[in-house]
Amino acid sequence: MARSTFVYATYIRTTPKELWSALTDPEFMKQYWFGMHCESGFTTGSAWKLVNDSGEVWDSGEIVEADPPRRLVIRWEHQKRPELKAEGASLCTMELEPVEKAVKLTITHSVEREASKLVEAVSGGWPKILSNLKSLMETGAVAFEEPYRNKK
Amino acid sequence: MSQRPPDADLLFKALADPSRRRLMDQLHVHDGQTLGQLCEHLDMTRQGVTQHLDVLEGANLVATVRSGREKLHFLNPVPLQEIYERWIAKFEKPRLKALVHLKRKLEKSHG
Repeated sequence: MARSTFVYATYIRTTPKELWSALTDPEFMKQYWFGMHCESGFTTGSAWKLVNDSGEVWDSGEIVEADPPRRLVIRWEHQKRPELKAEGASLCTMELEPVEKAVKLTITHSVEREASKLVEAVSGGWPKILSNLKSLMETGAVAFEEPYRNKK
Repeated sequence: MSQRPPDADLLFKALADPSRRRLMDQLHVHDGQTLGQLCEHLDMTRQGVTQHLDVLEGANLVATVRSGREKLHFLNPVPLQEIYERWIAKFEKPRLKALVHLKRKLEKSHG
């Protein structure tokens, strides 16, 4: 399989609408994404970038598909580390699916190459980010406040 | 499969079985395997592997993705992160503080 993929899934006790807003609102995002936030119109075809708290662009790309509050697909290219940038575009898909009184959020991140360093670097961050997001939405507080260290 | 949000009991139950932990190790070595590929590396019947995968999926430790006619199994580390936060980080903090305190005290008495 000439492809690297990571899948992350979590159940959050909230509504799809609120979760969509949490995934697209820059100020809210900063609280669970260690100060990082996304800038985008979040409609199909709009530009997308992931920016740190001093405005530095770490990753950028385009919204390939936006179907609120169900599905968001981002073409995701790293910009900071040359060896990761060289890998080109990866695809990040976020799916929101209501399950009883919760929403199942599944994030699939893949790139069409084996042993991708980009997917590996990005993947290190997702479990903590999702854990923080779940904790923030369910209890109003994040679990981790340490600075973002996964993508130096 | 009818899905429902997994709770902590399901998660710990899923982890409390050596065969299921071996399956997780196998996915850690090579993520995104089919049932057939997983069976090749494990000394278990196909039916056994299927049942264990169902339990792991029910606990959200395994996520599946359809790729054409194949069903690929991926390790989902998010619940493990939650266990870490809830059952490890919380308890290790005071202990680490106590160690630092002890070290400071001992060094002081020897200084």
